[in-house]
Amino acid sequence: MQALKQSQPSGELSFARSDNSTLVVRLAGDWHLRRGLPQPDLVLKQLDITPKPARLTFDAAGLGDWDSGLLTFLMGVSEICHKRSVPADWGPLPEGVRGLIQLAEAVPEKLGARLEAEHTSFIEELGKEAISYAKGLDDFLRFLGEVAIAFAKLCVGKARFRRVDLMIVIQDCGASAFGIVTMVSFLVGVILAFMGAVQLQQFGAAIYVADLVGIAMSRDMGAMMTAIIMAGRTGAAFAAMLGSMKVTQEIDALTTMGISPLEFLVLPRVLALFLMIPLLCVYANCLGVLGGAFVGATMLHISIATYLRETAHAITLTDIVGGIVKSAVYGVIIAVAGCLRGFQCGDSSSAVGDAATAAVVTGIVYVIVACGMFAFIFNILGF
Amino acid sequence: MATTASPIGTSDANRVSSARFPTDGPPPITVKNLTMAFGTFVVMKDINFTVNRGDVFIIMGASGSGKSTLLRHMLGLIEPAKGEVWYGDFNFTRGEPLQREAMLRHFGVLYQSGALWSSMTLAENVGLPLGEFTDLSQAEIREVASLKLALVGLKGFEGYYPSQISGGMQKRAGLARAIALDPEILFFDEPSAGLDPISSRLLDDLILELRDNFGATIVVVTHELPSIFAIGNNSVFLDAQSRTIIAHGDPKDLLAHCTDRRVQAFLTRGGEDAEKSARDHG
Repeated sequence: MQALKQSQPSGELSFARSDNSTLVVRLAGDWHLRRGLPQPDLVLKQLDITPKPARLTFDAAGLGDWDSGLLTFLMGVSEICHKRSVPADWGPLPEGVRGLIQLAEAVPEKLGARLEAEHTSFIEELGKEAISYAKGLDDFLRFLGEVAIAFAKLCVGKARFRRVDLMIVIQDCGASAFGIVTMVSFLVGVILAFMGAVQLQQFGAAIYVADLVGIAMSRDMGAMMTAIIMAGRTGAAFAAMLGSMKVTQEIDALTTMGISPLEFLVLPRVLALFLMIPLLCVYANCLGVLGGAFVGATMLHISIATYLRETAHAITLTDIVGGIVKSAVYGVIIAVAGCLRGFQCGDSSSAVGDAATAAVVTGIVYVIVACGMFAFIFNILGF
Repeated sequence: MATTASPIGTSDANRVSSARFPTDGPPPITVKNLTMAFGTFVVMKDINFTVNRGDVFIIMGASGSGKSTLLRHMLGLIEPAKGEVWYGDFNFTRGEPLQREAMLRHFGVLYQSGALWSSMTLAENVGLPLGEFTDLSQAEIREVASLKLALVGLKGFEGYYPSQISGGMQKRAGLARAIALDPEILFFDEPSAGLDPISSRLLDDLILELRDNFGATIVVVTHELPSIFAIGNNSVFLDAQSRTIIAHGDPKDLLAHCTDRRVQAFLTRGGEDAEKSARDHG
């Protein structure tokens, strides 16, 4: 009887030939999962040695303690035997091992159930991403259209939602957002003024910091910063809430009751942001100017009155109205993006987190795209 | 003979007369040649069955056989790859959206998780459909909501939010909402899932009470054998392997006479347990 001993991290594994046609797999010592698993490929190598064995059997006389480590190894051996059409005799193994192997093999693998790893090239991946983005835009525009139809129904008194829901959302995305808008807008005003002051001071034109901050805040920065805050705060909240409602079938419950989820859930949210963001934008403009005035007073020694007089002189009604119009559009974009991602949410709790993230990303990206389009349109109109 | 409750007076403005539910004539539910698929993957094919008025109709089968998916197709939450679902003489699958919406108001659905709207109290949950589709005043809505909650044993819980009550109570509150408009057809998706045996039995009794007293037709998706034998008088058995219906009829008859090995294995838990259960429930 030839014996070939293999060094193993776990139990002891050795091979022998009882005759030329039978490979004996000898298992000895303790086989514990935590001590590592021997590779079933060692058996494969033995099966390839000529004369090739026609059958396989085990010798478990020296086997001590064992756990799932031994079973995992034996399942690998079973698979190899199956592929090579070499019959295996499991009889010499302990009864518990045989029973568990039988249990693991009781239900055969369902054909086509195993997910194959997809190997795609970089170009293919890039193409898929591009198509996915195009589809995302298509979904967004389609949803925006549905919201517009629902809004038209609301105007003629045919859309239904609870007024109390609208009030709650208005409070949530209006008054409750005051703190964060105050802090961020004031700091944006400070930063703009500081950056401008460093340059303008060199030319003795420090007073024009007021013009810079006033125009920047009222035309773009006030609306943009408010939109970014609301996308991160309210857009994500919309997506998370609607996503959770989808997971718990609350949206299905509305649908099967004949109540349109679009009217009942989306309209109050879009309407609330459409109404509240312009107000927050005006507030952000004021806070930004105050931030600039703070820098003017402390760093440039310009009196608050002079600073505000210069600001009033610099900005026009068109700047302010333009900023407000932009913010209202941004509000609709953020609300639609948040609600759309919530509706598109999968059926798991992790999908809710993904929906919230996607809502923020979509909201901010589309707000910036809209900002660019506004710049182009306002330029053509001469605003 | 038991008298049945008449539906709560609904607003004419909210009703579409062409989709009114027939009280006689063709069977309330007919599923014709339905194929359910996700992309190219066919879940079930060639599904045909009829649910008769007053039936407690069980959709049964092993986990993953497509029971809940079939229910979602019947409710119009998923469009079928092929085939149609008819309610009376109304083709629900091919119907106009407005007519489908009107038809949905004749249904009550109890979802597996209860699906109560978490931002509303139990009374508001039950009252919402009443407020949307009837001309009742707020005080009347509160009264009806209290009645419906009392019917499911939740008297006094009107002001509670879903998160403040147990899973079993959420199910019952979901049922109260499902029966808010006295629907002609009630759908239940795994009503016993997650309930202890006593709560499950109480819910079964409640389902039968509602059928008897409201005259509703009931469709239940379940794989709970005690419930199947306790309440079902008609059923279909979905088989995941052949991807179609392999048995149709009263569950007790199927247990007694169906020779299909898969159906017998399911109805007897692969043994004798369920036969005893069926005998116990008469």
